[in-house]
Amino acid sequence: MKQIVFISGKGGTGKSTLVSSLSLLVQNKMLADCDVEAPNLHILLQGEILKKRDFFGAKEAVIDSSACIKCGLCRKTCRFDAISEEFEIKPMKCEGCGACTLVCPQNAIKLEEVKTGETYVSNTSRGTFSHALLDIGAEGSGRLVTEVRKNVNAYKKDEEWLLIDGSPGIGCVVIASITGTDAVVVVSEPTKSGQSDLERVLGVAKHFGVPAFVCINKYNLNLKVTSEIEEYCENNGYPVIGKIPFEPSIVKALQEFKTPIEAGNKVITNEIKNLWARLVDEVENLKKA
Amino acid sequence: MKVGILSGKGGTGKTTVSASLAAVVPSCQYIDCDVEEPNGAIFLKPELKEKSPVKVLVPEIDMTKCNFCGLCAKACQFNAIAVVKDKVLVFPEICHHCGACKIACPNDAILEVERTIGVVEANEDGTFLQGKLDVGEPISIPIINELKKHIKEDRFVILDCPPGASCAVVNSIEGCDYCVLIAEPTPFGLHDIKIAVQLVKNMGIPFGVVLNKASNDNRSIHHFCQSEGIEILMAIPFSKEIAEGYSKGILPVEINDLWNEKFKKLYEKIEGGAHK
Repeated sequence: MKQIVFISGKGGTGKSTLVSSLSLLVQNKMLADCDVEAPNLHILLQGEILKKRDFFGAKEAVIDSSACIKCGLCRKTCRFDAISEEFEIKPMKCEGCGACTLVCPQNAIKLEEVKTGETYVSNTSRGTFSHALLDIGAEGSGRLVTEVRKNVNAYKKDEEWLLIDGSPGIGCVVIASITGTDAVVVVSEPTKSGQSDLERVLGVAKHFGVPAFVCINKYNLNLKVTSEIEEYCENNGYPVIGKIPFEPSIVKALQEFKTPIEAGNKVITNEIKNLWARLVDEVENLKKA
Repeated sequence: MKVGILSGKGGTGKTTVSASLAAVVPSCQYIDCDVEEPNGAIFLKPELKEKSPVKVLVPEIDMTKCNFCGLCAKACQFNAIAVVKDKVLVFPEICHHCGACKIACPNDAILEVERTIGVVEANEDGTFLQGKLDVGEPISIPIINELKKHIKEDRFVILDCPPGASCAVVNSIEGCDYCVLIAEPTPFGLHDIKIAVQLVKNMGIPFGVVLNKASNDNRSIHHFCQSEGIEILMAIPFSKEIAEGYSKGILPVEINDLWNEKFKKLYEKIEGGAHK
């Protein structure tokens, strides 16, 4: 199974819209949403949850107040300011590193596993779909992403493709989403912010050795920035595999929970079909090389 | 006072609102806490003078003292150290800089050395600050914490937050007197604003919503805010003019004086909301 992950650096460039559109066009595939903090793909896929599980992706220190002598060593050791003056753990601050447990002379501190989110595997009309939701404000979003990808393995049959909807940014969540995949597609937009964010996220793909391709979404919003992005991609060896125009009808369709494909937008449907065909070719070529 | 600008979903207009406020509020401080993808500088165009690397402490093994007992690897909750036979492997990128390995080592064989993971940049008077995580680094929190050390408590401080709802956002808005949540009226936007609302509620921070790309076709955010008793501080309609300006790095307040007035009103509402 070939794994293709759609990321963007900047948020709101159209990752989920593109992935849900492709979910209608690509045959024999599975789907995953690795944006575990603000997942959106399930809204359009509307599947039926087959399996739901709590995910324990972090640890947290717990102080046994009956054994604590308030010596203060734990507070002195903690680098995350996670222990209050009353010797209570501040859950949002505790990293679960366990340094405090090592210095407590009373053995009054233990690490306990904490739930950081839920994972789901859903059955949808467009394929089996692995997704998750991080508990609000929780640690360990990268680990939850890894779990989403593991769940794909547990449910895969003989699907040819895995389409992964990624998250914005360049940090742990994005790294956990792209490592070991076959290709990254960066969905960009022709804005100064989008351009800057694209360059940084391409750097991450390069750093981890994942081949990267670029799609410029809403390309007609600013043709000058679009050509600057094309020039950058050309000079740095990132093929631009698609340019999708902005059309108000896409927003309207989304309001009705529809992809541009379902809304019957021919221009955009064709552009997305071409993008996929180009990507399949590029991935084939990678295999040969 | 300190105001966090967040949204859950990316691309809803956090930086547009944050930078517009920074442009209209006299002698305020703007801090770009989206250290993975900072964009505030594109709009505010500060002259960055101060650049200081953000360093974290990671273990280094003194092989003359190590007896490969493996206690460091056992202590590390992040799998950043592995001991194999007569080798100790350290993976500094995934180290959380907690120091547990050093405490656990019975032979005093672990020292901590500095490692740069990003940079904090500021203009001359420190009224504009941004952090930048180095490409390839996973952990952004130390950069956000470093940025927050430079907060000017006597000013109106605007913290432009990262998207999402994880620890990076929690760290950014911790200690804020008020939060502004940016929502867009799409099914995705509605889903994600609910997450952001829950986050600020959990943290006990007063907040209001700015509706961006508002249209008469979809009033889902209005309905949600009404049913939850949340104040909509301002609505920015979808406009081609604003979108084109944004694409070039131009703020609404630079396009039209009307927006100047509107963002000043937003500032007054924030001041009022925080002191309720």
